Amino acid sequence: MASGDIDVAYVAKLARLALTPAEVERFGAQLGALLDHVAVLERLPVADVAATAQVIPQTNVMRDDVPRPSLDRETVLQAAPKREGAYFRVPRIIGEDA
Amino acid sequence: MNLDATAVAIAAAVNARDVSAVEVATAMHARIAERDGAVGAYLATTGELALAHAQLVDARVKAGERLPLAGVPLALKDNMCVAGTPTTCASKILAGWVAPYTATAVQRLLDAGALPLGKTNLDEFAMGSSCENSALGKTANPWDLGRVPGGSSGGSVAAVAAGEATVALGSDTGGSIREPAAFCGVVGFKPTYGRVSRYGLIAFASSLDQIGPIAHTVEDAALVYELMAGRDPMDATTVDRPVEAVSNALREDLAGVRIGIVREFGLGELEPAVRDVYERAYADLERLGAELVEVALPTADFGIATYYLIAPAECSSNLARFDGMRYGLRVEAADVGATYEATRAAGFGDEVKRRILIGTYALSSGYYDAYYVRAQKARTLIAADFAKAFSACDAIACPAAASPAFAFDAKTDPVSMYLMDYYTIPMSLAGLPSLSVPCGYVTPPGAAGPLPLGLELSGPLFAERALLGFAHAYERATRHAELQSIPALPGPVGAR
Repeated sequence: MASGDIDVAYVAKLARLALTPAEVERFGAQLGALLDHVAVLERLPVADVAATAQVIPQTNVMRDDVPRPSLDRETVLQAAPKREGAYFRVPRIIGEDA
Repeated sequence: MNLDATAVAIAAAVNARDVSAVEVATAMHARIAERDGAVGAYLATTGELALAHAQLVDARVKAGERLPLAGVPLALKDNMCVAGTPTTCASKILAGWVAPYTATAVQRLLDAGALPLGKTNLDEFAMGSSCENSALGKTANPWDLGRVPGGSSGGSVAAVAAGEATVALGSDTGGSIREPAAFCGVVGFKPTYGRVSRYGLIAFASSLDQIGPIAHTVEDAALVYELMAGRDPMDATTVDRPVEAVSNALREDLAGVRIGIVREFGLGELEPAVRDVYERAYADLERLGAELVEVALPTADFGIATYYLIAPAECSSNLARFDGMRYGLRVEAADVGATYEATRAAGFGDEVKRRILIGTYALSSGYYDAYYVRAQKARTLIAADFAKAFSACDAIACPAAASPAFAFDAKTDPVSMYLMDYYTIPMSLAGLPSLSVPCGYVTPPGAAGPLPLGLELSGPLFAERALLGFAHAYERATRHAELQSIPALPGPVGAR
């Protein structure tokens, strides 16, 4: 777990976050400091330990497959940044020559 | 009428028709108008909604119903949805968004007669320990307006501490109810993970988030807890086991109770005045009949490192939904990818961006096993340590925070802020019920007056009933909350 190798610009791309060069530098230093801190976990003997995703003993929770009302369409669409009639209006996803 | 009465007393008065819920709602909103300019607990008040609920409560009481929270003023952290009401998470990305449905926990309290006064400030998306990460407002500690209220549920605890709400809901992922409750001298309770539905709580870290009550007394916190806990078909992580009645079964002593004092949480590194308060608190537990036993939590020191991988990983995944397409802010750019990036860059504040970045990194190809999976394994060890400790004790006592509330801008380095949650994070990782109850005061140099400290009591999974009973016994015997009161707040002149 080396901390020096965090490529903030690449991680920001994965996270869909536009960062300024100044932010890349600042967040890079701060994330480096945090990674230095979390390096203490290397001292824990975890080789034979199972991972815990959540602590409460719950397995699959099923419900009856019965239709029920969902949120009102008009109420939901009112929250849309852009709409067209009964649809969300979103940027083009498929390119011109696709 | 006494606006500073407990929830139990207000409900009794409204049920007896000594006072109407409409009178309570009106008086409480007048008090908020008078005081909140100085405190800034609320991002938005919902006066009309509270009044409409008050009229409904009065009609139900008149028709012969008795409601456990009849006319009780309730403040809600602004990461909980209330249908028809703006819900922002104190983030620019959700500014102006109106929730289309109501959170289950909130609905259960409204059904029990509570009055929704308004939405309170928080660190953006509940990420922070001081409330300073809010993009929409500044909340001050009512004990000293130059200090933070703690976080992330800073607005909810400040509202209760300033008498601007009788009870409030907060959410706690790594200490976000308990640390601010300690800073503001009120009771803050995080139930066992899975006890209270998260439906309608905007997600931060789904395996850790839990809604809990904030109140002046343990009895009020217990009442709110038992009314909102229990299985909810809308949240599959809620557990299907009965919620025991708590609020009418609170004990007055600790005879026969074994309280664990954690070896690794020695008080030696605390400021002497702070250490004295906690040493006295432990002695008081003993005086009440408890047997103090030393327990070991050898992995507790790894809590912060574990948490700051798991919580950001879950955050980076949960906050992917804020893409500017279906709700919230959208910043149009050249194409869809650039629109996502510009929207999220403009909508999220620095702390949220930091956590998204660290979480994305910890989950990315090549680092997943070294960071995320290793942290999940550490979590197993931490939970196992607690299970072992609870074979020797019924509850664990420790400080809720290492210091009283600090001044604004005192912690500029993110890691020093993360260390504020040292005493609360291990319990969160293990899913345990845990609370903070006022345990004394210190007056550090430069403080406006005495600042409260909180004793954290934590129990085994699902042991809420016993835990709240212990806290009640301690509270009744020590009465710390009654020994000091907040200084007079400046009036509405110069309000925000």
